[in-house]
Amino acid sequence: MAEVVLETHGLTMRFGGVVASNNVDFKLRARELRCLIGPNGAGKSTFFKCVTGLQTPTEGEVIMRGVETTHWMPHQIASLGVGIKTQTPNVMDSLSVFENIWLAARRFHAPRNANRKTQEIIERLALGSIARADLGQLAHGERQRVELGLVAVGDPWLVLLDEPAAGMSAEDVERMTEIIHELNKTAAIIIVEHDMQFIRSIAEMVTVFHQGKVLMEDHVDRVMSDPTVRNVYLGKKA
Amino acid sequence: MDLTVIILVEMLYAVASLILISAGLAVVFGMMKVINLAHGEFMMMGGYATITAVNLGVNIFLAMLVIAPIIVGLIGLVVERLVIRHLYGRLVDTMLATWGLSLFFIGLATMIFGNTTTGISTPIPGFAIGNYQINGYNFFIIVVAVLLLVGMLTILKSTRAGLIARGAMQRSDMAAALGYSPDRIYMATFFCGSALSGLAGAVLAPLVGLVPTSGGAYIAKAFITVIAGGPSLIAGLFSSAGFFGIVNQVFTFAISPVIGEVALLLAAVVLLRLLPQGITTKFFKGKL
Amino acid sequence: MPGSLSKDAITIILVTAILTWVMPLIISTYTLTVLIVYGMLGLSLGLIWGFGGILCFGQAAFFGLGAYTYAIAAINIGESTVPMILAVLVPAVFAALLGAMMFYGRLTDVYLGVITLVVTLILFKFINSTAGPQYVIGDARLGGFNGIPGFQTLNIPGRPDDYIWGDSYFYVCAILLALVFFLVSALLRSSFGRVAVGIRENETRISLMGYDVRARKTVLFAAGAAIAGLAGALFANWSEIVTPSLFSLGQSAEIIIWCIVGGLGTRFGPVLGAAGLAYLKFLLGQQTMIDNTLITGLILVLFVLFLPRGIVPALASLWKVSFGRRPLGRIPQHRRMRNRERING
Repeated sequence: MAEVVLETHGLTMRFGGVVASNNVDFKLRARELRCLIGPNGAGKSTFFKCVTGLQTPTEGEVIMRGVETTHWMPHQIASLGVGIKTQTPNVMDSLSVFENIWLAARRFHAPRNANRKTQEIIERLALGSIARADLGQLAHGERQRVELGLVAVGDPWLVLLDEPAAGMSAEDVERMTEIIHELNKTAAIIIVEHDMQFIRSIAEMVTVFHQGKVLMEDHVDRVMSDPTVRNVYLGKKA
Repeated sequence: MDLTVIILVEMLYAVASLILISAGLAVVFGMMKVINLAHGEFMMMGGYATITAVNLGVNIFLAMLVIAPIIVGLIGLVVERLVIRHLYGRLVDTMLATWGLSLFFIGLATMIFGNTTTGISTPIPGFAIGNYQINGYNFFIIVVAVLLLVGMLTILKSTRAGLIARGAMQRSDMAAALGYSPDRIYMATFFCGSALSGLAGAVLAPLVGLVPTSGGAYIAKAFITVIAGGPSLIAGLFSSAGFFGIVNQVFTFAISPVIGEVALLLAAVVLLRLLPQGITTKFFKGKL
Repeated sequence: MPGSLSKDAITIILVTAILTWVMPLIISTYTLTVLIVYGMLGLSLGLIWGFGGILCFGQAAFFGLGAYTYAIAAINIGESTVPMILAVLVPAVFAALLGAMMFYGRLTDVYLGVITLVVTLILFKFINSTAGPQYVIGDARLGGFNGIPGFQTLNIPGRPDDYIWGDSYFYVCAILLALVFFLVSALLRSSFGRVAVGIRENETRISLMGYDVRARKTVLFAAGAAIAGLAGALFANWSEIVTPSLFSLGQSAEIIIWCIVGGLGTRFGPVLGAAGLAYLKFLLGQQTMIDNTLITGLILVLFVLFLPRGIVPALASLWKVSFGRRPLGRIPQHRRMRNRERING
């Protein structure tokens, strides 16, 4: 069994009286690909934000490769070699594709290497034709792809993606899937996602969130055929 | 004993004048998320309106409480139509444009009234408490501030316009979706805010020698009070004016007026560092 | 930014040489000196606001601090070299402390504006109230609203009796501005500068990449203050007196106006805006028909409404349209749009 790269113990997040994340125990091993699913408000995104340092959990702990990162800032977590993509595209609109990716590359490489790495990623992601265009002028799918490039260029060993396929065309999703599989050769990946089609095409292991808790954790096929999960999604009583 | 009364009155007065100074800015900021940096100049114009009216033979209370607010309100209306409405939602740009307006009005007042100090005497005589002389006009300021808060609360709580205003304050997009033209709401708000600034400037005019640059003395304090107050209009105004007013007076009495001012400003820095979104994000949440 | 740093250097040297040769034929060197000083001050805010996205309402505080540091140190030391260095260091350290307090507290936008404005006011009020004889630093009386006159002005390093004044002082200032401009260019071309622009564009993304945004903003803020401090010391040498009005909000407002009018996100814009508007003010000061402040205010309002990007970017776009090249720096419209969404949302 590969080493555990991310685990949480009793991760709890309260907003006033609302418990958005309730005592979540979670484990992820190296080079594993895991999808987090669940209906709206199930606590996936809160879990995501607590792990990435965008929010500080009320209770519990987050451990990455044996280091406790519970109260760390996002930049500290990212510096460990964790690639993060948030739900809404977080890119630098008035900088070019090259400049965007270069900035991410520069964090982990000297300038000369950063240039080379950036070129590599641009070729790998087939962004060559738009490398000099400003992000603000690009289509949604292209922006998502660039953001994935920002994440990939740092050679992360853990990648956290929040709804990477949202609002993308079928063609874009296909390309995205390829990139994610490629990333998965070297990194463990967590994907928060709604789109069942996309999940089926990409994942084996799925963790289902419901009302802030982990409802079940199993292979995608078994999860999909599970009556409880279906009911949660369709809103019926189990 | 006498000293205690004096200090108490002075503190109340400091709080009241902060409330007066900030009310206009708070209304505009609370409703429209616009920081009007020409606020101090609106007050200055309120002062000039009062003095001019009094010199023309108008009763001073009529000049302060009616004429000045209306004149400044109308000036505000023109400003809103010509400048502010093009910049809604662009917080920093509005701040810059209104800063430009502030300079414009200083220049205008200098051209009209000259760069000399003018003033009127306070209409209410002072009296003595024990060995200390106290300014009777301070009580007037306190009364005006209290009436202002009560009036604002009543309007917001129990009138139709107040309800619309509260709705627009929380979700301007929803208010618009329900059929209330944000354009007209903003126009009305800016008129009211400017009128309040005019009122404040008018009421405070007898206490200061008025020069075209007088506004500068107010704007920073108003700005601080409003920002430190946070999202709730009246609770924010009251709590931050209370806090700063007391800090100011404690240090004024203990050391000197300059230190009092500096202490107020330092308190603002510390407060914002601790509660970056203002007092009412932590306390009095959800109040008006 | 297209081109390379060595190209920048050549351009800067050429432009400086031409301007220092041509401009004195039109305007007196005495006036030009102060225009240069203001240009440097404009550049200091242009750096942190235009490239770092930090809107400082109190840039005048660092300017005044630099001037006062120079004056006080010069009186105590009697030679100008160390005071000049102190005038750069003191504002930088002060800004680093202030910046650390603000950025580590995650203050942004309006709140940043309030704090910087308040700090400027505190300094202004404090210095204004130091008229009494008990306020002394070494041999220097702070002098309250009267300011500090009669300090040692710039001399050739190590020779306190050889003053640099008049035309030679003008050339010194011009060379210093060129040098600062070059350093700013180098900074912006460095990785640090590029990350700073990234922070201006999207703070969250930069921190998710693993950069410590707080530390970088603090450093940039201090760099801007150092430049403002140098400008302050040069101003003190030019005017031979320092007064609290250097700290005033009016002064801060003017610096912001220079940047807006000249153009944010460019290096040249704030310098041009500062020198141009200061000269305009000088010309307007010679007439009495229309008040000076009124015109300054009107310019600001009109620019925010009609040319919010400023002159230099507008000219650059025009150039781009006519000759098909990319403009230098930019804060485009959609960024403003995004701000709108954020505030309404």
